[in-house]
Amino acid sequence: MENLERILAEHPFFAGLAPQHLKLLVGCASNMVFKEGQFVFHEGQEANYFYIIRHGKVAVETFIPQKGPIVIQTRSEGEVLGWSWLVHPYRWHFDARAMEVTRAIVLDGKCLRGKCEEDHDLGYEMMKRFTQIIAARLEATRIQLLDVYGSSKG
Amino acid sequence: MVARKAETLAVKGQVDPMSTAPFRITRVIKETQDTFSMELAPEASGERFSFSPGQFNMLYVFGVGEVPISISSDPTGQMPLVHTTRAVGAVTQAMWKLKAGDALGIRGPYGRGWPVEQALHNDVVIVAGGIGLAPLRPVIYSILADRDRFGRVVLLYGTRTPEDMLFRKELEKWRSRFDLEIHMTVDRATGSWRGNVGVVTTLIGRSPFDHQNCVAMVCGPEIMMRFTVLELQKRGVNDDRIFISMERNMKCGIGLCGHCQLGSSFACKDGPVYSFAEIKALFTKREM
Repeated sequence: MENLERILAEHPFFAGLAPQHLKLLVGCASNMVFKEGQFVFHEGQEANYFYIIRHGKVAVETFIPQKGPIVIQTRSEGEVLGWSWLVHPYRWHFDARAMEVTRAIVLDGKCLRGKCEEDHDLGYEMMKRFTQIIAARLEATRIQLLDVYGSSKG
Repeated sequence: MVARKAETLAVKGQVDPMSTAPFRITRVIKETQDTFSMELAPEASGERFSFSPGQFNMLYVFGVGEVPISISSDPTGQMPLVHTTRAVGAVTQAMWKLKAGDALGIRGPYGRGWPVEQALHNDVVIVAGGIGLAPLRPVIYSILADRDRFGRVVLLYGTRTPEDMLFRKELEKWRSRFDLEIHMTVDRATGSWRGNVGVVTTLIGRSPFDHQNCVAMVCGPEIMMRFTVLELQKRGVNDDRIFISMERNMKCGIGLCGHCQLGSSFACKDGPVYSFAEIKALFTKREM
């Protein structure tokens, strides 16, 4: 636990969080290892967790019939994976699969949702932090859609 | 930061900056589906072609027209003059059809290049998008030739697909070095690609470098540079430490015709490389 507390406290995502909130998060956290090719979560399943990737790489993908799995984005060391645990109806919209052996801290989002309802200060802190993540993903997706490397006349 | 001077070196023996010198193509390398590199040797003499990283030449395909193209070779003289371009317009499409032994007209090198000297003793972050790696390759050669005098060196490279990556053999070679950190990403994964997927800006947060004491050099489509600058600023990199290449509408290459005018400067003469501090007021202007 001590180790988890130190890791979470040092992670930029949790920077500035009140000690009592950090302690609460540590109580919801555990270490996990995913083998190469192992699914972290599946599209359509209940989204009850989020992950801080400590080492390795995870592909966020979707399966297209006749085409197979299409990787939309990858998440790697130091990044947060998963925000559907915070947004109704709390279901994953994509699959996530470890591209290599991946070590992560998994946080129990279902438990955290309850604690956020009880303690709105904690809820607001989590909302602020996850809004940043969601905004960054939205911006990245928009740039991806722009297909910026397409040919231009010259 | 020290102010940079524009360099207007001319092809040896070339008196009139508007006259071209004949060069012979010695080798054509197909880099991707639509992008190629040409190795060139001067007809007149075997002397080394001197240039600074980031400078460009005006390349003339006889009977077709002239285009500005960045130099992508090693400025320390370890390889012949190389230009890398994509076949998209009338001139570059005609160039694409040329073979080893064919001739081209060249005048240059022109413009103010990347601030390699200013980056000494600093971390260097090179962010390239698509064909934007070509004008930045000379920077990497320069740094590697004098590696001990720079801090951490990070190359972040993004392309549309894995097949669109330039200089793949070199990238592989550089990736095996311990003194050069390379992260690559694609917008769309294809085939057996096992690397990162996502836009190049997402790599910035993953790269360890000293945000206060770094020099960032960014080249790619303007929209990619815009988002890259935002991401660098978000991480505390100062505007005068961010450099971008503005390759707009260059025609004469020597600041006379005004086609590439950016406010009070000419991209061909005062650029193409500007610090973001110099250019930010003009950067998001739609038409100039």
